[in-house]
Amino acid sequence: MHILEVQNLCKEFGSAKVLKGIDFNQEEGQVVSIIGSSGSGKTTLLRCITGLETADSGKITVGGHVTFDAAEKKKPSKAERRENQLCTGLVFQSFNLFPQYTVRKNVTLAKELLVREECKAKKRSRQETKAALAEIDESAEKIIASVGLSDKLENYPCELSGGQQQRVAIARALILSPKILCFDEPTSALDPEITGEVLAVIRKLAGEGRTMLIVTHEMGFAREVSNEVIFMHDGVIAERGTPVQVFDDPQNARLREFLSATLRA
Amino acid sequence: MTFTQVTTDLLNGFYENLLIFFVTLLGAIPFGLIITFGSMSRFKPVKWLVKTFIWIIRGTPLMLQLFAVLYVPGLVFGIPMQSRMTAALIAFIINYAAYFSEIFRGGIESIPKGQYEAGQVLGMTKTQVFFKVVLLQVIKRIVPPMGNEIITLVKDTSLARVIAIAELIMAAERYAGRGYIWPLFYTGAFFLIFNGLLSLLFHFIEKKLDYYKG
Repeated sequence: MHILEVQNLCKEFGSAKVLKGIDFNQEEGQVVSIIGSSGSGKTTLLRCITGLETADSGKITVGGHVTFDAAEKKKPSKAERRENQLCTGLVFQSFNLFPQYTVRKNVTLAKELLVREECKAKKRSRQETKAALAEIDESAEKIIASVGLSDKLENYPCELSGGQQQRVAIARALILSPKILCFDEPTSALDPEITGEVLAVIRKLAGEGRTMLIVTHEMGFAREVSNEVIFMHDGVIAERGTPVQVFDDPQNARLREFLSATLRA
Repeated sequence: MTFTQVTTDLLNGFYENLLIFFVTLLGAIPFGLIITFGSMSRFKPVKWLVKTFIWIIRGTPLMLQLFAVLYVPGLVFGIPMQSRMTAALIAFIINYAAYFSEIFRGGIESIPKGQYEAGQVLGMTKTQVFFKVVLLQVIKRIVPPMGNEIITLVKDTSLARVIAIAELIMAAERYAGRGYIWPLFYTGAFFLIFNGLLSLLFHFIEKKLDYYKG
């Protein structure tokens, strides 16, 4: 069974057709990279999958659970919307950490709110709630250690470098254990010399078999880490295949142009 | 007429200013927040109604609004205002809520969209995003303009004398009527000291929120 199924996804902004019928599937444990020039619709596709944009038509299924269906007229309830939301995680280009919270709190906040609500709904005792929160704290520490920032637990985002902030953002997404972790150009806002530390974390996650969908401009990285590469052009998937197929034997004329332009740069 | 006597008289007057000040603050902050949400409403009629309200309140003198609140209920609706102080408090709260609401709106709209989106993709509800993510950032950004507005409020309270509330300057004017001018200037000291304390408080709050940037 596919972990992600995207069927006939279309999205317009005013008169601009950004997505013109996107279809693709992703297998569990696979890393899929989406490449393409700006304006090709790759970020919009990612935003539709993660629920930040509502597509005009089409259907998205994550792990057998329909998270979006344009044909469904009934609005999802609050709980359903949240459940859909938590199927996917997203790491932004510009990190978007919460500046007023420490690294630890940035990572724990969402999960804490979730668990508190759950405990309240199930009328758990105060001790049980406390234990659950302590558990979150413990798992946060583990995850933060796994992105190499144990020494920054009590620091604020403004005290971290861009690369460190992005690693916190990854930890923040991981703690909610999404079925698919999405990245929207995770290194585009970073200085070239520190993209490496973020890419290393993503590489490690790929090694652990995490399902990831990555919009990126780092061609070398996409080639190395992906099981499959999707090339988007003008709102459609123009070519897809293994990295070897896409990078070494591109069939699509646009893709050839795009690759020679990025290689020249 | 001794200095102590004048001071006591003026202090009695200043009590009215302080009363107006604190009650206005207490009323105008929540009311202002409601106006903010109205002016940011996606439902157009509400938005324009609220925008018109803000235009009228900011576009006419507070002095006129004091008269309006005092007289209009009696003249138009046949229910005269029971007390002048009530009229003053209503006028001040409405007036300051309109100004506060614009500061709040500016603060809320200055928060990057990415903060809301980050909250959303982490599965937070809109309410949680507002209270847990956005609010403190808004507060940090609006402390300086709110400080300005609140200090203006302290001085504006003396406008209440136009509807015969015996506040500080009116108390001093009674002396001026009898040929003693200096108590009038002495009132400045009351405003200065109180606003000095407020400035220290705002400075303290700013420092408190200085632990993070962004």
